[in-house]
Amino acid sequence: MSDLSSTADSKKKLDIGGLLLTALSVICAMLWFFPVYWALATSLRSDDETVTDFAVIPQHPTLTNFIFDIEHSMLPTWYLNSTITSVAVTIVAVFMAACTGYAISQLSFPGRRVLWWTILASFMVPVSALIVNHFIIIAGIGQLNHYLGIILPMLLTPVTVIVYKQFFDGLPREFREAAVMDGANEFQLLFRVFLPMNWGVTTALAIITFIAAWNAFLWPFLAAQNETMMTVTVGITAVQDAFGVAYGRVMAGAVLAGLPVALAYLLFQRRVTQAITLSAGIKG
Amino acid sequence: MLRNRRTEMMVAYILVAPFVLIYGWMFIYPTIQMVRLSLTNGPLIGPGKWIGIKNYVRMFIDPVFRKSVWNTAYFVVLTVVPGTAVAMAIALMVSRLRGWAQSLILSAFFLPYVLPVTVVYLIWNWLTNVQFGILQVPIAFFVGEPVNVWRTVPWFMPGAALITIWWTNGFSILLFLAGLRNIPQELYEAAALDGATRGQMLWRITLPLLWPITTLCLTIQLILQMKIFDQVYLFANGGQTQATMVMVQYIYEQAFQKNAGGYSATVAVALFVVVVVFSVLQYQVLRIRGTR
Repeated sequence: MSDLSSTADSKKKLDIGGLLLTALSVICAMLWFFPVYWALATSLRSDDETVTDFAVIPQHPTLTNFIFDIEHSMLPTWYLNSTITSVAVTIVAVFMAACTGYAISQLSFPGRRVLWWTILASFMVPVSALIVNHFIIIAGIGQLNHYLGIILPMLLTPVTVIVYKQFFDGLPREFREAAVMDGANEFQLLFRVFLPMNWGVTTALAIITFIAAWNAFLWPFLAAQNETMMTVTVGITAVQDAFGVAYGRVMAGAVLAGLPVALAYLLFQRRVTQAITLSAGIKG
Repeated sequence: MLRNRRTEMMVAYILVAPFVLIYGWMFIYPTIQMVRLSLTNGPLIGPGKWIGIKNYVRMFIDPVFRKSVWNTAYFVVLTVVPGTAVAMAIALMVSRLRGWAQSLILSAFFLPYVLPVTVVYLIWNWLTNVQFGILQVPIAFFVGEPVNVWRTVPWFMPGAALITIWWTNGFSILLFLAGLRNIPQELYEAAALDGATRGQMLWRITLPLLWPITTLCLTIQLILQMKIFDQVYLFANGGQTQATMVMVQYIYEQAFQKNAGGYSATVAVALFVVVVVFSVLQYQVLRIRGTR
């Protein structure tokens, strides 16, 4: 976000109103972040202290809750399930979207307009209305409680195609002509010329697709009824006694479930921002 | 040349094939099946009898369906405009800051957006725990006694709305920040030369120029919040679910708890139609504005 600072006017005279606004911003940010902080703090307290120690900073921080969760619940399995499904959804959805967006943007073929309008239309449709029929289809092919069954309905990501199409639309036509002259075929064009020209878009889309897949609740909740096939997002609440009735352990589970996506955001802040502004169709 | 055209077509079809396959299978086919199922009295899995529009007639007089529509609308009212207003205020605060201070403050506001809904639920369920929740301190201060927020109907939807705003606001904040960045700095410089105050600049320059982004945020939020399920389902779990029933939850309940596949598909069609109508309206609004 540092590009915002280009307009900074560093030499200002003492500005009371500005200082007050800044102080207000800091207080609001602290209040906004407090729930996350409190979850972290609780997860570091021992069982007794979660209900006796209300100090802002835990008096005797301990990792016992985390160790307990990892040893006594299916959390490691859920983690594996989440990783497999989210990574698969990300790779397949982004790859499909890049191919489709490229074809619609750069190639002419009968059915192109119909396809594009279908994608735009599907953007308007609530996938949550389709859960019942997704369930029937996936049950019909015997893939409930299997990775494939969890993954398939989550591959509907029309926004990714729309963003790719708009990205390819924005590239100069000369690149294509020059590469065709050099004898490159269409597949080489896409994977060797167009995509490498801006990996940023692909990275940005991959990160938000991953975050969305990791966070998906409704479909994995329906598709994985079996405890061993649950994702972290579903498992931490679907299994009531997963961590026992102990607030510290429950918070440790929440922290572990949120950690990968929080890290993905903190490490790739700029890409996440880019992906969100692109998906809303505005220039960032 | 003709040969080239033909290879181009072939390549195009190979490229779109996986997408078309998945799309046909997971979007077009289930959509058609949903409508077909809504005209039967079938269970979730298995054959049903064709009963025409009986399910639709039943739906319009079903008090629980009405309740679910009403609760969904109430939730939309509680989240869309207040959430957008809060996001705008936060974006205005964040955009004043520079460098690392800005990144840090923005991260604090944005981080909840990337968390899974179940994590959000666990965190807030702990914060509002009637015995040991830290939020019971301010609640007791204002109300006089601790409140079991998720078992008290008048508190439920406002509580869920507040948490939803906390959770999903990051998206709108980023859009507003992008909008603020696109306002030419010269406008403020010129206004400053004319002796405009901070308040005047806000009302006369910033807010009018942010209006397009504001309508965009409002419509995106509107369509998103109509599909509310996760939070309401999680917080209501084990409690009085009919009083706080929302539309997607009713689809879920009819299909997976009452095994009424046909009727649940009918409710799904209703949701489908409502969301599509609002989305088309949104598309028209955006098109008139000329951004797409």
